[in-house]
Amino acid sequence: MISMYEVYKSYENGTSAIRGINLTIEDGEFAFLVGPSGSGKTTIIKMITGEVYPTSGVVSVNGFDLSRIKRRQTPKLRRTLGVIFQDFRLIDKKTVYENVAFAMYVLGKSNKEIKQRVPYVLQLVGLESRMSCLPAELSGGEQQRVAIARALVNNPQVIIADEPTGNIDPARSLEIMMLLEKINELGTTVLVVTHERELVNRFSKRVIAIDAGRLISDGMGGYYEYDEE
Amino acid sequence: MMRNRLGYYIKEGFTGIFKHGFMSFATICVITACLIIMGTFALLAINIQAIISNLESQNQIVAYIDENLPDNEAAGIENEIRRIENISTVRFVTREEAFSNFLAKYENNSLFSDLDASVLKDRYVITLKDIAEMEMTRDQLISIPGIVKVNAHLEISKGFVTLRNIAGLVSIALVLMLLLVSVFIMANTIKLATFSRREEIAIMKIVGATNWFIRFPFILQGMMLGIAGSMFAYLIEWGLYYLVAGRLAVSNTFSFITLVPFDMITLPLLISFGVLGLLVGVFGSTSAIKNYLYI
Repeated sequence: MISMYEVYKSYENGTSAIRGINLTIEDGEFAFLVGPSGSGKTTIIKMITGEVYPTSGVVSVNGFDLSRIKRRQTPKLRRTLGVIFQDFRLIDKKTVYENVAFAMYVLGKSNKEIKQRVPYVLQLVGLESRMSCLPAELSGGEQQRVAIARALVNNPQVIIADEPTGNIDPARSLEIMMLLEKINELGTTVLVVTHERELVNRFSKRVIAIDAGRLISDGMGGYYEYDEE
Repeated sequence: MMRNRLGYYIKEGFTGIFKHGFMSFATICVITACLIIMGTFALLAINIQAIISNLESQNQIVAYIDENLPDNEAAGIENEIRRIENISTVRFVTREEAFSNFLAKYENNSLFSDLDASVLKDRYVITLKDIAEMEMTRDQLISIPGIVKVNAHLEISKGFVTLRNIAGLVSIALVLMLLLVSVFIMANTIKLATFSRREEIAIMKIVGATNWFIRFPFILQGMMLGIAGSMFAYLIEWGLYYLVAGRLAVSNTFSFITLVPFDMITLPLLISFGVLGLLVGVFGSTSAIKNYLYI
């Protein structure tokens, strides 16, 4: 579960990125986080992943209090999360299999467990035949599916997808969103940050809209309530 | 869990070297080059010290024995001389031997045909362990009953001591400077090699890797690159040394220079190269990734 209570975040250069956000995402929910560039979406994601800390207020993620978390506890928090980025962030010298497997090595899993789990997850994202390819040999959509497999491999409680379809064509974007929906149906909380109105409108999910660091709307519906234009 | 991770660290450490082949090659080359430059200066300094020591040992003291002393008493003085701590070697030279040595120095020795050995005294030719203490040793020798005169070239010994001290200081300063520069260059090369992998580190952080999980393969890699660089440097240094020693041995101009045998410096050189390469590899890689770990 993710909860934010009266959260403010100011950077050292004086920028107020988040101004009094109150928000709760329950376990098993699927939510879109939308807003224009500079609205504070990335800061929210970074606060959830422990990359930045709130200036004031309380951020709680899967039982970790981010306003009090110690640096050495941050890896433990991150192991409860699966993060997907717009630019995939795959290690280009590792194969598809190795990119997914290393997330399990981080947790100290045995080779036996890894050899069983990785092919299963790659099959789940439809890449079982591409295991020995390098990321450069894959299309954008396939690379993003590797990133999803990596995020998924350790059974995280929450998957955070930061503009997951930003670098891929519309047909592949829909596939990715459907894959995330499928993951959500299996019980994982999914939070998707996106700009793509069409895509949001196709899914009847919760949409959280922020602008200038403030929450401006939060509701269910298959539409993009916040209009950027 | 630890065993699984250890296997991962070792595998990652090894594969990382080959996956980033060019940077690994560049790192090994820089470590090798720096160690060769530093090692060559150190060997040069060692040989200069050895040459000075050799020249010092040729600076002898001559202690003349009272002519009226019976032969057996004159021979007994040797034990007295050997009791002095700074004495290295003592050799008894009869007046006859001294006279023939004297004549041998001059080509046209017919000038001295009227002379005979009786004009000279029996003597002891003495070399010292440390010529810096020549003056004190001379005073000790002259106080021995039966020795009437001691010839010691104090000004030459002082010259050698000054030369030795200056050469020592200059060598230490140069080697230290080169050591600092080498460590700086080697650590920066490792940093540069690691810079290309900052994205990889960021990804590891985001999937929940601890700092030590990230560090270990890098440290292992640094160690292996450092040791590889130092081994190459040692082998090249060994080859160069034998080459120079061989050339000096057949040279007419520098035949008076005899290099310290490489066997004598093998172990210290190997250990210092190995330790330096290892430390630079470990600390270079540790400090290189430090900045990328705090996200």
